[in-house]
Amino acid sequence: MPKRYVSIWFCNLTTDWMIRRRPELKDAAFVFAAPEHGRMIVKAVSIIAQQKGISTGMVVADCRAILPSLQVFDDKPELPNKLLHGLAEWCIRYTPVVAIDGSDGLMLDVSGCPHLWGGEKQYLQDIITRLRAFGYHVRAAMADTIGAAWAICRYGQITPLIKPGMQAEALLPLPPAALRLEATTIERLEKLGLYQIRNFINMPRRALRRRFGPSLLIRLDQSLGQEIEAIEPIRPIQPYQERLPCLEPIRTATGIEIALQRLLEKLCERLAKENKGLRCCLFKAWRIDGKIEQIQIGTNRPSRNVAHLFKLLEQKISGIEPDLGIELFIIEAPVVEDLTSAQDAFWNNANSDNAAIAELLDRIVGKLGINTVHRYLPDEHYWPERSLKVAASLEEQATTEWRTELPRPIHLLPEPEAITVSVAIPDYPPILFHYKGKLHNVSKADGPERIEQEWWLTEGLYRDYYCVEDEEGARYWLFRLGDYKSGEPKWFMHGFFA
Amino acid sequence: MIQAAVKNDIVNQLKREVYSLQGFKKPMDNTTINRLGAIEAAFPNMIFPTGVIHEFISISPKDAAAANGFIAGLIAGLSFTKGTCLWIGNKRTAFPPALKLFGILPERIIFVDLTSQKDVLWAIEEALKCKSLSAVVGELSELSFTESRRLQLAVEQSHVTGFIHRYNPRKENVVACVSRWKIKSLPSVLEDGMPGVGYPRWKVELLKVRNGIPGSWDIEWNNGYFQYVDKQVLSFSETGKRKAS
Repeated sequence: MPKRYVSIWFCNLTTDWMIRRRPELKDAAFVFAAPEHGRMIVKAVSIIAQQKGISTGMVVADCRAILPSLQVFDDKPELPNKLLHGLAEWCIRYTPVVAIDGSDGLMLDVSGCPHLWGGEKQYLQDIITRLRAFGYHVRAAMADTIGAAWAICRYGQITPLIKPGMQAEALLPLPPAALRLEATTIERLEKLGLYQIRNFINMPRRALRRRFGPSLLIRLDQSLGQEIEAIEPIRPIQPYQERLPCLEPIRTATGIEIALQRLLEKLCERLAKENKGLRCCLFKAWRIDGKIEQIQIGTNRPSRNVAHLFKLLEQKISGIEPDLGIELFIIEAPVVEDLTSAQDAFWNNANSDNAAIAELLDRIVGKLGINTVHRYLPDEHYWPERSLKVAASLEEQATTEWRTELPRPIHLLPEPEAITVSVAIPDYPPILFHYKGKLHNVSKADGPERIEQEWWLTEGLYRDYYCVEDEEGARYWLFRLGDYKSGEPKWFMHGFFA
Repeated sequence: MIQAAVKNDIVNQLKREVYSLQGFKKPMDNTTINRLGAIEAAFPNMIFPTGVIHEFISISPKDAAAANGFIAGLIAGLSFTKGTCLWIGNKRTAFPPALKLFGILPERIIFVDLTSQKDVLWAIEEALKCKSLSAVVGELSELSFTESRRLQLAVEQSHVTGFIHRYNPRKENVVACVSRWKIKSLPSVLEDGMPGVGYPRWKVELLKVRNGIPGSWDIEWNNGYFQYVDKQVLSFSETGKRKAS
């Protein structure tokens, strides 16, 4: 489908908003000003003040000299963005793809929408009249490209409606500033007497690039439709989304469960058609007071099993506060992965084990937090704490073997604990040690097993591990940090053997 | 004589029925632990019961390590052919690489590390309901009778084997588990004059077992097998031969 864009320019966004809020200012000259280098500088000017010769960038003191009745308000830097966001949400009535364009405009991707309003002319007219009825001074234009719509909207003199494919002709009489160029480039173009786009549009591209840099050519191509330009919609389109409007507001958990079940069935049916499975699922409930309640779940592997997903989401339904009632339910799958039906059948029948386990783990993770489930794989390190790594998925296989040639304790303390020892001869295992206030006499010992620090990871002393058994038959894993040559080394308890 | 034999048969038949009503079902796919030897004589049907819950109690960290070693050995026998095992606890110290020494592939064990006792119980119950697991190890300290009954009901449906390892419980209260074990570490024994530390050796105490005979054995974990060191009991090699024939 050929693309069509509408650009809307709010010439006096903040001052129009101020007049809407305080109608008594309608015939007054006022400005928004903010301090800059110790002076108050005008940031936005009302229409009346503009007619009296005040413009942005002037110093408030000068303006007062020109117009003593001028009213000055503090500038709110975040205001334009907030207003534009609200207006953009309102514009979703015209098209689902609405983006904020700079600090004073909106960009609408209206491809395939105008015919619903009876044609492009009526469509554009509707936008302009409705926005003007709110009290905003707006200009709007429609064209094939974002660049052309922007240019015609701000600088066009003839018609705001550029017919498909006619953007090049429409751009010709416009000034170079209509191409959204940097100030220095515009200045340089004007210095050379290129006051209109037609003056340079047919110049050799090489010459233009050499003199004005690549940005001019990119902007030109974007305006003419030879280069693709994208906008960032305020509400991204979710490819996997299902909605369920309710005739009467829903207030009970049972009602929410029914809605959830229906939406999941619809979504999973669609996923099954496209051989996909979801990894992440969002369930949103729009309340009649305008608030959105939402719950979210993640799964360990792509899934489109309604019963399983329902169970996961069901755990969180208590987190939804219906208040006065919910009028719209939406389910979204932001993360979707391939899941062929063969794979699904394989999981569900031949090898149902893994599916059932994955679903169990999903439930545990959903209820108790993401960081509770661990599966370990061997890692190629001798240092005990680093000899294993957490597996990324349930299916990930070990790339190396677990090492079994050396003894490792079945219980490893998370942090080695300091002990005091008596050693007969350096480099020999201790003959007795104190651990947690208890004396252990060593009767048998094995070792040492020296494990060096991996210098490419961390600096530090090596450990000499001893496997010792006390008189009661308990077996421990002790180590000495460093050696006796460099002072008194420390001893630590690091684990218990079975 | 013949009448007595018939009577005996009837009694045995009835016993079997009672066992099956009590949850001692015949294992479905031969997932018996066939390396346990003489300990099996303590159980009804002379088979280590799977699909039930075993309770282990340990007081000190050294005994906890011994109990986990013994459990690991049992799981290795259980999950020889299939399966994943869940290891649920709130203060885990089990070191996965060492499990390999007890015959388990550590990547087949999924550890669930939780913070509160309540969550641990919930996770254990959910896991015991999942038929696809071969075993569930739950590490916690307190377990009330009601809680243990819930777990027992879960395994009766799913036939998953549960090992509840209670570390330092306040009270050794009655629970609905099939057996209660205490494993204590014993000094290892080496061949004469050899230096170093020998194979892990434990005193395995079966304090309670439903319909069985409690007992105590000294066994050693000898490179992948339980080996009896007690002279009175059949030695492992003999048991193995008997099984083979």
